[in-house]
Amino acid sequence: MNRAGSHVNLNERLLFEISSPGRHAYDLPPIDIPTRSIEEILGKEQIRERIEGMPELSEVEVIRHFTRLSTWNYNIDLGFYPLGSCTMKHNPKINELVARLPGFVNAHPCMPDEAIQGVLRVQSTLESCLAEITGMDAVTLQPAAGAHGELTGILMIRAYHEAHGNPRRRVLVPDSAHGTNPASVAISGYVVEPIPSDANGMVSLDALSKMLANDVAGVMITNPNTLGIFESNIAEIADLVHSHGALVYMDGANLNAMLGITRPGDFGVDVLHMNLHKTFTTPHGGGGPGAGPVAVKKALEEFLPYPVLTGSGDGGFYFDWNRPHSIGKIKAFNGPFGMHVRALCYILANGPEGLKETTEVAVLNANYIRSKLEHAFALPYDSPTLHEVVFSDDNQSRHGVSAWDIAKRLIDYGFHPPTVYFPLIVSGALMIEPTETESRDEMNGFIDAMLAIAKEAEENPQVVKTAPHTTRIGRVDEASAARRPVLRWKGNK
Amino acid sequence: MRYIPCSESDRKAMLAEMGVQSIEQLFSGIPEKLRLRRLLDVPKALSEPELLDYFQRAAAENAEDYVSFLGAGVYRHFIPVVVDALISRSEFYTAYTPYQAEISQGTLQAIFEFQTYMTQLTGQEVSNASLYDGSTAVTEAVLMAHRITKRNKILVASTLHPEYRAVMETYVRNLGIELKTVGYLPTGRMDTVALERLLDDSVAAVVTQSPNFFGTIEDTAASAELARKHGALSVVGICEAASMGILRPPAEADIVAGEAQSLGVPMSYGGPHVGFLATREKYLRQMPGRLVGMGSDNEGRRAFVLTLATREQHIRREKATSNICTNQSLCALMATIYLATLGPAGLRKVAEQNIQKTDYAVQRVQTKTRHKVLFTGPRFNEFVIQLAGTGVDVQERLLRSNIIAGLPLRGTHPELGNALLVCVTETARREQIDALVEGLK
Repeated sequence: MNRAGSHVNLNERLLFEISSPGRHAYDLPPIDIPTRSIEEILGKEQIRERIEGMPELSEVEVIRHFTRLSTWNYNIDLGFYPLGSCTMKHNPKINELVARLPGFVNAHPCMPDEAIQGVLRVQSTLESCLAEITGMDAVTLQPAAGAHGELTGILMIRAYHEAHGNPRRRVLVPDSAHGTNPASVAISGYVVEPIPSDANGMVSLDALSKMLANDVAGVMITNPNTLGIFESNIAEIADLVHSHGALVYMDGANLNAMLGITRPGDFGVDVLHMNLHKTFTTPHGGGGPGAGPVAVKKALEEFLPYPVLTGSGDGGFYFDWNRPHSIGKIKAFNGPFGMHVRALCYILANGPEGLKETTEVAVLNANYIRSKLEHAFALPYDSPTLHEVVFSDDNQSRHGVSAWDIAKRLIDYGFHPPTVYFPLIVSGALMIEPTETESRDEMNGFIDAMLAIAKEAEENPQVVKTAPHTTRIGRVDEASAARRPVLRWKGNK
Repeated sequence: MRYIPCSESDRKAMLAEMGVQSIEQLFSGIPEKLRLRRLLDVPKALSEPELLDYFQRAAAENAEDYVSFLGAGVYRHFIPVVVDALISRSEFYTAYTPYQAEISQGTLQAIFEFQTYMTQLTGQEVSNASLYDGSTAVTEAVLMAHRITKRNKILVASTLHPEYRAVMETYVRNLGIELKTVGYLPTGRMDTVALERLLDDSVAAVVTQSPNFFGTIEDTAASAELARKHGALSVVGICEAASMGILRPPAEADIVAGEAQSLGVPMSYGGPHVGFLATREKYLRQMPGRLVGMGSDNEGRRAFVLTLATREQHIRREKATSNICTNQSLCALMATIYLATLGPAGLRKVAEQNIQKTDYAVQRVQTKTRHKVLFTGPRFNEFVIQLAGTGVDVQERLLRSNIIAGLPLRGTHPELGNALLVCVTETARREQIDALVEGLK
């Protein structure tokens, strides 16, 4: 049953340890102009003698080094990666190819608009698609990642209130929210207040209405929330928030659960960000680059970061820099364009029917796994769930086995662990999101592994608590690493 | 849809096992009044050949074959072929953030190597795992200085990249932080007399950029010393990371932050790129962003792991040092591979050729055209030409011969008249530089 076998992977030291003087891996063309010496041009005092410790390597060593390192990584092309909330979907290869077309990678962001109409066409088409998918009126592609989009959105809410005479003071955020939400609110100069979840795992309308007042600038809601539950009162929540003059921000981390099914713009959301690396398959890259476009309703459009991409009427595009009410720039240049190409490629590959199908199958897969595991793992909230399901380790912790142990043991079975210990409102959370790009066989393998671990937790907890047993390294002593941080190579001592 | 493995019969079988009638039933938690009962109005699905065709056409609409002397924070450098070959390995680009250390050692060790490289290049003691880009990295450095000093005033060189300055303004506006501008001298360098006048014990940081927006290499040691005298931190921004291959590093600065796009990352119309932030060990706990540490596993083997997460938003929420969650791992990997490939000699050669070709271009413009080259300070690979007359005709003429002469500075630095910021890297061939000079006549 266990699909993980052993295979050779090679040890490899740090670049700094395999260096040898005089090796090199790259040659520049010889200089083709009459030259002066650098000392003569700059003056000696500007010049460094050497770069202490920088290694010298041959091309073969560089390639072997990084290839060996790469084999130590789990990745989505290798297998199932059910990280809840992170949406580890298949990353289509065509996205990579088109993002590397020379006309795109060699485009400089300061080129005159007329010289980069193809770039602007891609960005403009992506903006229109995202506006339609979310039911919003305008989109900015400038933010570099989800949290960056949150900051952009909250700053727009602030600008909106300032334009109405008072920025207000508080922003309310459910206790189940991602940590970036309160952090983004705080650096926007607002006070964060958590909204408690109710027994069904949703925003408590009662609690919310008690907290709302005319000093609340906005409410930040993740929908479906981090338990995978659609906030069924969302329209009522939005009405209530609006009746106090506040705005609704939606964290679009889980937008992949509603493509073509329902639209934030149709249930009262005023501003939201999307994570292109979640819903729209731009690769996670081992932790970035991401992309976090923000969509707004008309009332917030004038506050979008400048410049704003605009159609010229004759099929061309240009940037409008004259935006007197803009929140300003949130990043140099107009966002991570390489990610925009990939996301548009994905949207165009799917079309309207395909996008809806991705959501339908993502929800089917998550509910399939839920139905197969809910007798073995505790389900703290039994509301209907969409694209992900959150179990707790309650059944296993009785045997001394934690969510962390279960996660590590899954590695031995050849699977990436789910997200653990999030959301914070579930103790020992195991947050599973299969996405639509997994086969039934792959999911069945995972389900079998989870059930086997549940059994091990009862019969042989030690094997779970000491996992993983099959990896290059065992559990890392994270506490010591944090107590005595070693953050760069200082040589062998 | 071709990216979905479950066939129609798989789906039926799964529903039957679940005892559910239809997929539609799974959406019962969404009130009917909120359901979209039409198809999304997005373009119809394209097959793979159609997608290729669509994007090839869009890419061809760009002026790819132009000779460009644009720099201003994004630089055209040669990128060794091995960089893209290696980052194209699925094991790197389709992995998630390395939270599970046992199956992420590849990414973790590569980030540790990136951190080490950045300390070597900047002369600092610690570096994070990367930030979004240069503009947000320098801004994060300012917020960090504000946290460390608990002071509210930031003195910013007017020769900081204008887009960096704009981003900084957006971030600090609501935090009670005040930005004050320090002007520049005819050398192109920061006016340190003006700086000294503005410095007092309310200043959190002095922000300079070197080479600065005009391409002039700053005396970062002098501004750091002045800052220190008043208990302020010195923040040095670096937009052109290739310069670190030869220039004396700003080791005396308290925080060095910037953009590493020059180290093997394509221009790609401005992103994704890779910001970095390096500082002194004593400020470690106020750093934003991810950090990888070296430690050991349960059997004492060397192991790498994300560390000091108690500074970060997923633990500290609203009290975190930054709201940033991600880093730019794959772009940091590009920089790491680039640096490994070039080595110290290769990187120095790149820097030398930038300096020499720029020097050649400056001399040519000065001796062969009627335009004036501004600023007398030492330069890396950029310089400012003040065009005689309106300047517009010259630029348009060059554009007609497929040469983008540089970035007009009318909008950001109107005091310079019709000025153009010109960048000459190692990729510019002699005949291209000569054609630029010819066109400027």
